[in-house]
Amino acid sequence: MRAASAPRTQPHSERLLVIDPGAGTFADRRILELPRLTHPGDVWVVNDAATLPASLVISPELELRLVAQEDERTFWALAFGSGDARVPTEQRALPPPLPVGTTLRFGEELSARVVAVDAHSARLIAIRFEQSDARLWQGLYRAGRPIQYAYLSRPLALWDVQNGYASRPWAFEMPSAGRPLSFELLFGLERAGAEVLRLTHAAGISSTGDSALDRRLPIPERYEIPRASAERVSLARARRSRVVAVGTSVTRALESAELGGHRAGVAELLLGPGYRPRVVSGILSGMHEPNTTHFSLLEAFAPRGLLEASFAHAERAGYLEHEFGDACLILPGALSSTECG
Amino acid sequence: MQIAQTATLITGAGRGLGRALGEELARKGARVVLVARTRADVEAVARTIRERGGEAHALVADLGRKEDVYPLVGAASALVGPIGLLIHNASTLGPTPLRLLLDTDCEDLSRVLETNLLGPFRVSRAVAGSMALGTGGTIVHVSSDASVNAYERWGAYSVSKAALDHLARLWAAELGSHGVRSFSVDPGEMRTQMHADAVPEADPATLADPNDVARRIVTLLESDSVANGARLLASDVREVPS
Repeated sequence: MRAASAPRTQPHSERLLVIDPGAGTFADRRILELPRLTHPGDVWVVNDAATLPASLVISPELELRLVAQEDERTFWALAFGSGDARVPTEQRALPPPLPVGTTLRFGEELSARVVAVDAHSARLIAIRFEQSDARLWQGLYRAGRPIQYAYLSRPLALWDVQNGYASRPWAFEMPSAGRPLSFELLFGLERAGAEVLRLTHAAGISSTGDSALDRRLPIPERYEIPRASAERVSLARARRSRVVAVGTSVTRALESAELGGHRAGVAELLLGPGYRPRVVSGILSGMHEPNTTHFSLLEAFAPRGLLEASFAHAERAGYLEHEFGDACLILPGALSSTECG
Repeated sequence: MQIAQTATLITGAGRGLGRALGEELARKGARVVLVARTRADVEAVARTIRERGGEAHALVADLGRKEDVYPLVGAASALVGPIGLLIHNASTLGPTPLRLLLDTDCEDLSRVLETNLLGPFRVSRAVAGSMALGTGGTIVHVSSDASVNAYERWGAYSVSKAALDHLARLWAAELGSHGVRSFSVDPGEMRTQMHADAVPEADPATLADPNDVARRIVTLLESDSVANGARLLASDVREVPS
């Protein structure tokens, strides 16, 4: 599938591949039609995490990408050696050694010390910033940029990677499933009788450039589900309405909360072919090639054969993939006779 | 609305009315993020508030620059959580002494609109979406009587404030059903640096104390009887608690 090479300027014309695992069928739609695919009583849940400027370039030989926040001043970071965002992560050179105690300077206003190194990979380090509160956050926003992608034709600015409802900056990469959701569509879903709810999930990075590290993805990610959202989701389940997760991060948060019994915590759950979702009925997601980790996550929602057939169709039909690409909706009943209009 | 514990973002908070609003809201228990262009000013205000036991954080940004907006809102939300009260107080007069329209450069009008209209629009765009999908919120636009009266030489500022008043109404129209309150408030003439720049000959004794005006505005915020989208006069608030 071809990658979308830049943020889209006409979001409503983006394509939507609708897969109905109940009916075993798929169909082409436009994202604009989303409100027609929902039923009264459905609940749509978005991840309202804002995207951090998680890429910190220290020198031409060293870039750090923040991947998780440990406490107020301590973050886990992945180190990359020479080569910029145009170089695919797996081809980046190894970074210089960064033993515990190393001081890192990010411009004039921000600095940190290495406080831990992962036992399995010297590229994965914990750093503790020497600033706190406003100085830390202002310094981070001055020094950092959003994580960049090799397939894009121009660098991403911070506003390119924020969803319209984003709030606290918890995400290390954009929770991109929500990107095509304009307020026209969100309010349209509500007018169609659905509810739109939010939670916050610290979406982590999608690729480390190291297959051994990639196998450990996604790393545990913190999440918080507001009481009101948790209650509305419970009511929806009680009346057998559908719960649609906007993105895998929302799925992880809702399923982790169900399994662990906590509205806030750290999601360690791995989704995939063997996992049967207990809360989430369907998912709105981006387009990703078969054989990627993301694709295997979708197998929690539809059988592999149906996914492969529909994605092969999408490829032939010219769908675009990745963060700024087209979308897919996997939802039982989405293509049944109750679809109106 | 309840002020205590509300995550609050105030622009133009280094001095004058913005400073007074920050102090008054923090005194009532709000978690306040103060924004100004000059670091020393805004950090001094935050320090004063913290010394009195309040919560305040100082961020530096120029709301006339779009590059400053998401870093500002991101840092503010990291510090105090999702913003529930947003006060657009920062504004510029443009070149002083104030000029007749025929002597106003287009570029000067453009710069005034960037700071006084696009700046508030951009910050609201970055904040109001989470208000609308969350538990709602309040957006206050600090206006001026120049927004409704055509005073000679106030052209650029006047136009920007008239548009800002209407922006306040439009946010209310579009997001009122989602729990977002938006209004504009005319603080009246105050003893501030801005007023001295605009009207150097004014007698300070005839001007309101910004601390008094801030208390009136906070009283309005606490009252839930204000119609969404309204344009309010601080001087209409009768009872001002000390």
